[in-house]
Amino acid sequence: MDFEDTPEEAAFRAEVRAFLDRNAERKSEAKSFHRGRYIPEHNIPETVRAAKQWQAKKADAGFAGITWPRQWGGRGGTPVQQVIYGQEEQNYVVPRGVFEIGLGMCIPVLMVYGTPEHLERHVRPAMRGEEIWCQLFSEPSAGSDLAGLRTRAVRDGDDWVVNGQKIWTSGAHFSNYGILVTRTDPDVPKHAGLTFFFVDMKSPGIEVRRIKQISGGSNFNEVFFTDVRVPDSQRLGKVGDGWKVSITTLMTERLAVGDAPGPDFDDIFALARTLELDAGPAIRNPAVREKLADWYVKTQGLKYTKFRTMTALSRGETPGPEASITKLVSASKLQDIASYGIDLLGMAGAVMDPEVAPMQAWFQEALLYAPGLRIAGGSDEILRNIIAERVLGLPADIRIDKDVPFSQLKTGKR
Amino acid sequence: MNFDFSDDLKLLREQARKFLSEKSSPKSVRKILEGAAPYDAELWRGVAGMGWLGAAVPETYGGAALGYDGLCVLAEEMGHALAPIPFSSSIYLASEAILVAGTEAQKRTHLPKLVTGERIGTLAFAEGAGNPDAVRVQAHVANGKLSGTKLPVADGEIADFAVVAADGTGKASLYLVDLRDPGVTKTSLKSLDPTRNQAKLVFRDVPAEPLGPAGQGLDLIQALLDRAAVLIAFEQVGGAQACLEMARTYATERYAFGRPIGSFQAIKHKLADVYVATELARSNAYYGAWALSTSAAELPIAAAAARVSATDAFHLASKENVQTHGGMGFTWEADCHLYYRRAKLLATAIGTAPYWKDRLISELERRNAP
Repeated sequence: MDFEDTPEEAAFRAEVRAFLDRNAERKSEAKSFHRGRYIPEHNIPETVRAAKQWQAKKADAGFAGITWPRQWGGRGGTPVQQVIYGQEEQNYVVPRGVFEIGLGMCIPVLMVYGTPEHLERHVRPAMRGEEIWCQLFSEPSAGSDLAGLRTRAVRDGDDWVVNGQKIWTSGAHFSNYGILVTRTDPDVPKHAGLTFFFVDMKSPGIEVRRIKQISGGSNFNEVFFTDVRVPDSQRLGKVGDGWKVSITTLMTERLAVGDAPGPDFDDIFALARTLELDAGPAIRNPAVREKLADWYVKTQGLKYTKFRTMTALSRGETPGPEASITKLVSASKLQDIASYGIDLLGMAGAVMDPEVAPMQAWFQEALLYAPGLRIAGGSDEILRNIIAERVLGLPADIRIDKDVPFSQLKTGKR
Repeated sequence: MNFDFSDDLKLLREQARKFLSEKSSPKSVRKILEGAAPYDAELWRGVAGMGWLGAAVPETYGGAALGYDGLCVLAEEMGHALAPIPFSSSIYLASEAILVAGTEAQKRTHLPKLVTGERIGTLAFAEGAGNPDAVRVQAHVANGKLSGTKLPVADGEIADFAVVAADGTGKASLYLVDLRDPGVTKTSLKSLDPTRNQAKLVFRDVPAEPLGPAGQGLDLIQALLDRAAVLIAFEQVGGAQACLEMARTYATERYAFGRPIGSFQAIKHKLADVYVATELARSNAYYGAWALSTSAAELPIAAAAARVSATDAFHLASKENVQTHGGMGFTWEADCHLYYRRAKLLATAIGTAPYWKDRLISELERRNAP
């Protein structure tokens, strides 16, 4: 057992570090506490501009499409190299939260189902950050039950005409393209009647409306489709195969989702050590110490679980299901840490004025955005179902809607 | 990155799984649970015959020199099979004490016999209620003779000798003490897990041979407990894994309301949580294995983290295994309680979670001094 890179991995890591040192500030050397590095503020155009510049630099240096084929401008590298890049980049202050969906889900699904012409046209601009992609999946009545979606696509000549509504679409307001799953046949059971496309977000008939979140931020949107024409040439997979294509996308999403961003063990540990209460620093309290220990072992458990995943990748094996636990554990942990950080402050915990609250009110901010992390990209409940069914081999839920045509399904008031 | 056991050790794991599934089956574990014998002597001889008692002992002393990661692999299987033998007492604690603190002569005298299983050792430290940081050592040594009471002593009835913490010079030191001496009174205590012996040892002027430097007994014990914490964490992970497998199997075979109970989310989500806790514990234990096998400076932190994580996982897995089995899980006949008992027994061995959590944070404070 060791944590050593192979000579090839070490050489790649050195190359990555040299690139990052030249182009970004190390977090440990950052001059002041830098809350914004963790909380991407997507509603600020400067964030998007900075992210685009950073993405172009990465692409020029060969770190944007690490595992993608050289033919489309990628590096032709290995999954281990991708992991190494991620490990190193997280030590630096770089813009995040703009390209993850496009590069982590949309382009990969295009690579599986797109034509060479699609790839020639779309991969490079996405990789260079010139074009941003979003994922048009969830709907007001289809979240965890994605296959219950209602947005209709009807064939009309060489086009499809799309009507309906998507929701929770991160980054739709600054995206150029989106991947879109629609219902093309309501008279067959729900999974069988779906078809997958990609769509130009500037198409006539698309309207994007911002959603204001608990946290006050607006990272995601509602997207309305009114007689939007999508050429059949932008269909991915066969008509009626939309569920299969969606699943491919969601599998890459769960691998791409990392730790929940926000205050972690190191931060609550630092707060507990520096916060002077009447009886001394908060960390002297046994109850506080027990809480800290619980978060430490969860944090480390996730870290070393990733090391196990990386070992499997490094040996050319497919990582086991252990990769699926990261988001489930880290999102709840973040919510708990944020809540306890506020508790430590006592009555002053109610203040989220960044001039007054410790760490520029990072714990208070995190408390308010943490609920979203337990829902987005597969809710806690869906992730537990996935672990139970795919890892433990327990029976699938009984689906009373399985053999019923979609048009005859019961619907609720919400 | 090579954060996994080698192929050789994976083969060892398979071999151990097969061996123990035959020789430490629930049926044979129950013989110890319900019978008079304090441990399974036949299994002990079998394990010795495989060379596993000396897994981490150098060849010079008759060991198999598989390294500590080899011992970790075996520990996981011992936990999985609930092996009713004094493996932890004699190997993780007594053999390790001699390896860590013994003179060359002491190693040559004791280790070969520990490796063959001919002699069984244990650690006698506790003197009543309390965690390792709260033990006020009353047992004392004067003129080379030990007097005092130790309670509980794991496998105390079985062991031939003990590594005893006693006050010699105003500070605690370690001593090797032959438990066959007539001045030793052994009393078996009713154990939370009867498949693992607990005893009270009373010493009256028993010859005691110093082990390690005088006055450093508590530091040595802490070092020993750190090492044992990693190994016991592997036993706990093995136990948790076994509970998860039992619960999973039962949930697919047991039908209620016309369907397997494992198709209900109340069961699925519960077992998903057990899986997550077990995997986190496994990953922490792996880091402990790395620290132990490379004598890393991070060992105290790695050991405490492995211990905390594994204690939590085994407790969760064992209680939810009972719960998944419903009323049947609460019966003596079902094997669930074997794991439920063992989980709590291992949670108390070498100190309970509050102690290890405090130790973990203390070590983190030390390593990250402001």
